[in-house]
Amino acid sequence: MAKKEYSFYPGCSSERKASASNYMVSIESMCKTLDIKLNEIPDWNCCAASIGYAQGGELPRHTMNARNIALSEKNVGNQDIVATCAACWLGAKESQERINHDKTLFGDINNILGEIGLKYEGKQNIRHMVEVLIEDFGYDELKKPVKKPLEGIKIAGYVGCQTNRPFGVHGESFENPKYLDKLTETMGAEAVEKYDQKVTCCGGALAFSEPEKAYVQINKIIESAYDFGAEMIVTPCPVCQMNVEVYQDMINKKFNKKYKIPVVYYSQLMAVAYGASAKEAGLDGNVVRATRLEEIAAK
Amino acid sequence: MADMKVGAYICKGCGIGERLNVAQLVNIAQKEGKAPIAREHEFLCNASGVEMIKNDIANEGVNHVVIAACSRRAKAETFNFDNVAVNRTNLREGVIWVTPADDDKKEIVQEMAADYIRMGCAEVKKMEAPQANPNHGNNRRILVVGGGISGMTAALEASKTGYDVLLVEKTGALGGWAAKLWKRVPNREPYADPMDSGVDAMIQAVSGDKRITVHLNSTVTKTSGAPGQFSVDISKESGGTSTENVGAIIMASGFTQFDANKLSHYGYGKSANVVDQAGLEELAKKANGGAIKRADGKEVKSVVFVQCAGQRSPKEGELSYCSGHCCNTSIKQAMYFKDQNPGIDAMVMYTDLRTPGNGEDFYRSAQKKGVIFTKGWPKEVSASGELKFKDVILNEEVSTTPDLIVLATGQIANSGVNIDEVKQDEPGQWASTPQSVLNMVYRQGKDLPQLVHGFNDSHFICFPYETRRTGIYTCGPVRRPMDMAQAIEDATGATLKAIQAVENASLGRAAHPRSGDLSFPSFRKEGCTQCKRCTVECPFGAIDEDEQRFPVFNEGRCRRCGTCMGACPVRVISFENYSVETVATQIKAVDMPDQFDEKPRILVLACENDAYPALDMAAMNRIQYSAFTRVIPVRCLGSVNTNWVVESLNAGYDGVMLMGCQKGDNYQCHFVKGSELAHVRMSKIDDTLKGLSLEVERVQTYEVAITDIERAPKLINEMAETINKIGLSPLKF
Amino acid sequence: MTTQAVEKYHNDFLKEVEKNVEMGHMVKMCMQCGVCSGSCPLGPAWEHPPQEIFMMIRAGKRDEVLTSDSMWMCTSCYNCIVRCPRELPITHIMHGLANYAHRLGIAPKQNPTRRFAQMFWKNITSTGRVNELKLSVGLYFMDGIASGIKKGLEMLPVGLGLMKTKRLDPMGMVSGHGCKGRADIQKMIKKATEIEDKRKGYAA
Repeated sequence: MAKKEYSFYPGCSSERKASASNYMVSIESMCKTLDIKLNEIPDWNCCAASIGYAQGGELPRHTMNARNIALSEKNVGNQDIVATCAACWLGAKESQERINHDKTLFGDINNILGEIGLKYEGKQNIRHMVEVLIEDFGYDELKKPVKKPLEGIKIAGYVGCQTNRPFGVHGESFENPKYLDKLTETMGAEAVEKYDQKVTCCGGALAFSEPEKAYVQINKIIESAYDFGAEMIVTPCPVCQMNVEVYQDMINKKFNKKYKIPVVYYSQLMAVAYGASAKEAGLDGNVVRATRLEEIAAK
Repeated sequence: MADMKVGAYICKGCGIGERLNVAQLVNIAQKEGKAPIAREHEFLCNASGVEMIKNDIANEGVNHVVIAACSRRAKAETFNFDNVAVNRTNLREGVIWVTPADDDKKEIVQEMAADYIRMGCAEVKKMEAPQANPNHGNNRRILVVGGGISGMTAALEASKTGYDVLLVEKTGALGGWAAKLWKRVPNREPYADPMDSGVDAMIQAVSGDKRITVHLNSTVTKTSGAPGQFSVDISKESGGTSTENVGAIIMASGFTQFDANKLSHYGYGKSANVVDQAGLEELAKKANGGAIKRADGKEVKSVVFVQCAGQRSPKEGELSYCSGHCCNTSIKQAMYFKDQNPGIDAMVMYTDLRTPGNGEDFYRSAQKKGVIFTKGWPKEVSASGELKFKDVILNEEVSTTPDLIVLATGQIANSGVNIDEVKQDEPGQWASTPQSVLNMVYRQGKDLPQLVHGFNDSHFICFPYETRRTGIYTCGPVRRPMDMAQAIEDATGATLKAIQAVENASLGRAAHPRSGDLSFPSFRKEGCTQCKRCTVECPFGAIDEDEQRFPVFNEGRCRRCGTCMGACPVRVISFENYSVETVATQIKAVDMPDQFDEKPRILVLACENDAYPALDMAAMNRIQYSAFTRVIPVRCLGSVNTNWVVESLNAGYDGVMLMGCQKGDNYQCHFVKGSELAHVRMSKIDDTLKGLSLEVERVQTYEVAITDIERAPKLINEMAETINKIGLSPLKF
Repeated sequence: MTTQAVEKYHNDFLKEVEKNVEMGHMVKMCMQCGVCSGSCPLGPAWEHPPQEIFMMIRAGKRDEVLTSDSMWMCTSCYNCIVRCPRELPITHIMHGLANYAHRLGIAPKQNPTRRFAQMFWKNITSTGRVNELKLSVGLYFMDGIASGIKKGLEMLPVGLGLMKTKRLDPMGMVSGHGCKGRADIQKMIKKATEIEDKRKGYAA
């Protein structure tokens, strides 16, 4: 297949020494195998995330995303804008949809961006990396480069919220999206089909502000994975990954549990299956080590 | 009529030839069935097969035919021969598809087929090809009672189809309720705003229609006759009666608004700011597009609509049902205010908002216009006009004093006399009940039977637009609560039914559900004991009584269910092709093994509307039942004469099963009362069984739906199991 | 308790919401089915679930709505949006109500999500990108130094785990990461805020 190029919006959490830095490492490895070139939007800024609403309001929030889109249009040109972070994708896509359908807003945005020498057109598709994988490659194509099938690993596909709602991935249901399970199976692992918390909210930003409430959610998400025999959780979202992984000790104390389940990104599964080392797959970035993946990577 | 000559034709197609010894069956038809002509054919329903039969009819004088092939429900047109009595012996669905092909079962399966051949030959000899009812009427004019939207629609539709119409309206003007409306609920895209009712144009169309004769200030004071030959008296308020003949009747007598004076706890009649929906229409008409003012002249700046006022209520004297239109009507009326002045506060307070069909768009449109919808329970309205209610969503008690409170009250059917409640002095002699709509001189009562809540409905699935009086159809809110759009559709449907009725009547044929059936009941007067069971039990009031209390059959009103035949204790009622004899002879034709053969015989009398098709479909799914079963289809369980059951027990049957449709309030009986009557009659069979020293388990009556494809065979197998336990009948000779 | 509701159930507050709250014009389209309330992951934590909030707005309960901490329970999971049969953008309306209350200065002052959101906005607009360490530390210390140290200690294993896996920068308090165009960003945010304030009538 010919090289595919995209404008790339990595987002804050993917930066070096940020909470999803290992996601970025595995994305790079995966893209190398699939011959994807990601052209980073120069000087991109934060999407304002969902929590930005409270102080930011509507127009400032849309302005933040409009700047990224305008920067992409100016510097990268007419390539689809791809985000790896669920919140970045949602924030950018939501702003673009709103701006494009509201003439006043469209005018305001260009009025504002004009002051810093930018122009918003909003003509590029804004896509999540999993959309690129599923739609531009497809499961058959993604299977081809598999060198080390992840045989025998039972994985719960935790899709979470923001890659799934309100936009979601085309053709998937909001209540039971299957793409993560399909990706898991494409990599040779076993998807835990009965996993019933795949679209449960992890608490999102409220893990910071209302941790007790978020822990109840996270507990449900992990408990169900154990109940259905999963030994690992896979997710497409940095917030999901972090919330479900790093608070396990806190939840163990609170709910008297003994959770210690790795939570990995789909891209980490793919990188390992494509033959990357543990380091290339960002496995050294997992707080709960994914030893089964590390073993396969070491083979 | 020429001498009877039976031809028996046995098909070998669809696997019958492989499974059964057809040569033996031909032999039985000849020897035991006494069929002078008995033939087998590889594929009876193909051209050469049918040609063979036609040739025998034309050249050999065959006039009674036994088709031993597939179920009577298959190839009905193919095996239809003019002026020939036809029996359909069911070897495919009835034998080979419900029995195992195993070698060790071959004998009992062959016996099953042989019995059916005997039964078929026996039955056909008791049948005659039905001839149309000679006593039929040819009047095609349609009487419409009621000049509202429903009645005018019916009149116009009938006229457009080419039928003359008599339209009788009680008041001095056409238009009914619709004429009192300021606007109507929209009936077309985008379902967003109230629209003109269109009633004036409709009145003009009716008045200008040459086929329609309108009688204003008139009522129907007498109705007699039958489809195609009704006679009606039309009396003017001012006096004077004319007698007219019509072929069918459409009753569109509409509704009366629930009396809001009964809702004094909602301030009606006490507070100046309380009206009902009809009252608001008056105010809106008066405002004529300007600001709506109360009766006391105050301009309305805030209005609350109280839904389900005196409806969906468990209280004595209030309506227990939903009138269907009132949510949309209140939404429409709220728009009267919002469209005139968006600053007016309009709130609809509901328990459950019901806006069927495109009403959902209308509801959304009202929300867009700023009508507030509140889920709340009204408590009371004080004399000062203060409304107390509970906001159910916010779970709090609230009080408000809007300028106007509109009560959404319900519809009460103008259905006339409830014939189940009003006692008669003499047959056809009724106490004076001035509110009767049709004043029928029928044995069973002067108005149409009611289904529930006083509405003249019938079972809509089985009898769309129909009543239980043949040739008389109801439409609009007298049939069930409804709005204008539904009433128009309803009236159109009823008109088509009325047209069908006059056309069928003119050919002497039955109406729905045996539409086109030429057979009709006749009775042997000399055997009749004037017991009146047939006249009382006929579900359609088709049978009147003469001065000596003998039944008078109005063939045109008859639906041909045979309930009278089942009721008759002296067995004097019969149809040409269906009678006590046609079934009894089949029961007797079965070759009864003796008690020590260990071959039980189970008789199944299956309703041809549901149970028999269910057994056919079981066969299509190859669901098996006992090969000891002998099934006889009946027109309705109501036609089952208990004599058949007694005869079969005497003949040595080990079990008798009656399969009919669901009875009771949610009946599915195609003839309304047939299944229920059968259950009542059979409840007395236990004494007979005891008299014969037989176990009561041997006779059972079931309700079987057409969907009981697995259950019906299961019931048969359970009966076989029961017989296995209690042993064979000792009455085998 | 009986509320005297002569002025209530009037449209004043609904109209205010329609004018000033993000997607507020859709509030009147709610048909009170309650699917949103049943779908919210934090449902039990809401004193007034979305369905009720919509009814309160229609019933004119301005103060009770705007001072409620209910909207601040939204995790932005969007479950209510995708399930709403009337397609109300419920998540956005909740965000909008919270923002409106906040901008009017009547939102609950101590609500942790409100305070976190303020810090978050400040954090991202100062450099254009999130500084996760500053954000976390700020969060722990928002109730003062003593409780900050306590919370910090509680969360220390989490922080250490992230640092060990190089997912949290221990030098984040001083390292200068962020956008080059941070001045541009601040300029545009300032302008955007000005326009919005003017539109919604929060004249400074």
